[in-house]
Amino acid sequence: MDQVRRIIPVVFLIVFIVAVQLATKYTGTPFYLTQLTMSAYYSLVVVGLCVLMGYAGQISIGHAGFFAIGGYISAALTTHNLLELKDNAFVSLLNKYGVLVLREDLYGETLLTVHPWYACLLAIMTAVIIAFVIGGPVLKLKGHYLAMATLGFGIIIYQIVMATEYFGEADGISEVPSFNILPGIELGGGFEIRVVNYYIAWGLVVFGIIILQNLIHSRVGRALRSIHGSEEAANAMGIHTSRYKLYTFVLSAAFAAIAGVFLTHYNGSIGPSEAGVMKSVRYVAIVAVGGMAHLWGALIMSVILNFLSLRGVFGTYDDAVFGAILIVIMLFAPEGILGLGIFQKLKKIMSGGVSGKTPELQESKTGQKQV
Amino acid sequence: MALLEINNLNRYFGGLHAVNDVSFSVDEGMIKAIIGPNGAGKTTLFNLISGNLPPSGGTVLFKDEHIEGFQPYQIAVRGMSRTYQNIKLFHGMTALENVMLGRHVQSRAGFMAGMLNLPWTWHEERQIRQKAMEFLELFEISEFADIEVTNLSFGQQRAVEFARALATEPKLLLLDEPAAGLNIYETAEIGQLISRIRDRGITVLLVEHDMSLVMDISDEIVVLSFGEKIAEDLPAAIQQNEEVISIYLGEEED
Amino acid sequence: MTIELFLQYLFAGITYGSLYAIVAIGFNIIYNTTGIINFAQGEFVMLGGMIAVTLINFVPLPIAIFLAVILTMIIGALIEMIFIRWLESPSVLRMIIITIGLSIIIREVALHVWDESVRSLPYFVGNEISSVTILGTNISPQVLWVVGVCSLMVVALSLFFKFTSLGREMRACAANRRAAILCGINAKNMVTLSFVLSAGIGALAGCVMSPITYTQYDMGPGLAIKGFTVAILGGLGNSFAAVAAGLLLGIIEAFSISVVPLAFQDAIAITILLIILFIRPHGLFGSSEAAGLKEF
Repeated sequence: MDQVRRIIPVVFLIVFIVAVQLATKYTGTPFYLTQLTMSAYYSLVVVGLCVLMGYAGQISIGHAGFFAIGGYISAALTTHNLLELKDNAFVSLLNKYGVLVLREDLYGETLLTVHPWYACLLAIMTAVIIAFVIGGPVLKLKGHYLAMATLGFGIIIYQIVMATEYFGEADGISEVPSFNILPGIELGGGFEIRVVNYYIAWGLVVFGIIILQNLIHSRVGRALRSIHGSEEAANAMGIHTSRYKLYTFVLSAAFAAIAGVFLTHYNGSIGPSEAGVMKSVRYVAIVAVGGMAHLWGALIMSVILNFLSLRGVFGTYDDAVFGAILIVIMLFAPEGILGLGIFQKLKKIMSGGVSGKTPELQESKTGQKQV
Repeated sequence: MALLEINNLNRYFGGLHAVNDVSFSVDEGMIKAIIGPNGAGKTTLFNLISGNLPPSGGTVLFKDEHIEGFQPYQIAVRGMSRTYQNIKLFHGMTALENVMLGRHVQSRAGFMAGMLNLPWTWHEERQIRQKAMEFLELFEISEFADIEVTNLSFGQQRAVEFARALATEPKLLLLDEPAAGLNIYETAEIGQLISRIRDRGITVLLVEHDMSLVMDISDEIVVLSFGEKIAEDLPAAIQQNEEVISIYLGEEED
Repeated sequence: MTIELFLQYLFAGITYGSLYAIVAIGFNIIYNTTGIINFAQGEFVMLGGMIAVTLINFVPLPIAIFLAVILTMIIGALIEMIFIRWLESPSVLRMIIITIGLSIIIREVALHVWDESVRSLPYFVGNEISSVTILGTNISPQVLWVVGVCSLMVVALSLFFKFTSLGREMRACAANRRAAILCGINAKNMVTLSFVLSAGIGALAGCVMSPITYTQYDMGPGLAIKGFTVAILGGLGNSFAAVAAGLLLGIIEAFSISVVPLAFQDAIAITILLIILFIRPHGLFGSSEAAGLKEF
């Protein structure tokens, strides 16, 4: 029964995704798909962070760093020309095993680069390994210390991409190639593959949300929420709290890195702003607006806010809007705007379908105060 | 046979010698109590045993295995469970979910199995829920299963904590002042409950202030004063012990 | 390295170190009375500099600085009264997010008021090429201003906390808030006062530093993270250790220029922060037992 209830909102989501695509097709507004696709990738970061912050109770103000690690490594590997190093033993070894690929850039010049498939994998792996390495010591910290440490990590990544020629310094990396992630399915920003890419992005979101939803409803999810409740008692219940926190951290970092890789190849470029502190804060803001321990709230808010932001609705006040959102939500509705009166009713009706039982509502309310 | 054996355990907080060379053992199937005036180091001793604090010196043997310096979760999976003086429930979760967490050590679905929602985990989840429900029923609080724990009364919260500790199916149960904040009727009830727990084959080690409870149910008593063990004997003998009376019972009966 | 170069680096380090120490003390003042880390601390420094730069068009320099400090203090008070005062025992996470939000808002307002350009106050004495000779090396007189004003602030603050009843009341709140309230101290006013104080010292530091470091709308977060590094290095809440730690960080940074590329200079402070957090979160001068008692 519980299993069936969990599927209902996923089905809703899929129907909605298809409906939106059809709507843009018949109203002649397919240009919206671009921002919707980008929103989908940002949402992937948000839902991963939601599990880390809302359920396991660990704040991270450095997730843009993981996004950037994914995006930048994949971008750098697929754009830097290795042709001159062709005779280098290592490069020729890579070439021999098909890791490298010859292609022509926009100006007809021949490039020898790492095959995008391998570049993507390597980028994601790197982010995961970095998350593993720094996650150990970082997650021992709590409260302000954890916030500052993750913030510090984010700033270091930003400084590295800003100061390294390999990563394009202030200009970032452009002309990142599109490629076939599966035979016949091209990941890229081309006009003619817009619809396909919309579905690639949203397919990833659906897949991600199913996985995360499964996780939070499992034995592990329960353990994560108990860590949020009382880490000491959770430990005494036999839960390896540091390992659980670490795995969740790595999982959310992997989500961010995957989003970074895909969005970079979709956009064809990546710049240092993607690694900036404001980006990390923005992800936190969206999780907070969604209600912290509320995967669907985070997803809905992410799509709305990212879409509006990408459409330029907030103009030059873009960052200010997210700052204001943070303050207003934390002052007046710390359980997210879905926790407010009108939405509460809606949620009650939905709760049968969304999360199983009403106690879930209380969780997001009281769980919030425990961080 | 000794289930738990403590040898020359020490713990310093800066210059304070909170636990001073304490040794005793707990035999399987008994109820053993640790008593002593405030600040005698009882809770510290508990925290050393359950792994919440690392000892400054000495050994703790549980089922003939050295566990000193282990993390609490490592000790928990070996079959030791505890309650807290100031109840530590998981806020934001229901009574049932709290007790389901007690089943953590008795189940095994990990991150991968959880994320992929593998069919065998469904069965395990059902079992966890069912067992947890049984423990709630044992404490006659199953009607509060779906209530968030902060909305329960103090006594009910204590019952949930007991149920959670028992749900791990421990060999040894550590109870930190189980009667704190309860009236005499509730205290008597707790006493019966602890005896019933022992009858299920679970060894109990408790720290308690309430003399009547301790004298009623314990098989053996350890007396601590200023971090040192000053006596270890049967309840009747402890009541006769001059030194204990002077430092503890005398003071209490003033 | 010649002795001359060595002294140049040393003085540069002391100058920046003084600024970091003041920001760290700002953190400490608010932390001690509230248990909050005010992520908007760096913005006070920026506001002080910016307001003074604007006012100097209308009034002489000393008055501009005085008004800038007063205005920033008022802003600090308003921030506390509007956003923090009425919250009932907010969680740490909530406070972190609110102060981060505040820092973004202040920065964005500054961006729209003063745009992106880099500004600065004129040198208090002389100009950028005038210098005084100390120990055989030439340094700008502004450096002496910075070090002098920052030292004065530290002395004034410690006298304030030690000898005035208001200062004692603030310390009482820091030591035991509930007991202080029972003694009739209005703890809420003390919190407001702590924001006013740390806004004031931040703004004054922002003014004296402005000729050397320049003032830009987005200088806040960088300063905040360095100030926090210093606060942690000295042990959170310990203002005297913060002075030592501030000078230490400033000097390390200054000397690192000869080894590490300039672009990575900020990364040094953060790396130190991370290392300290991982190894000695209670600071170089604090004790681990005391830190263990703090709830994080």
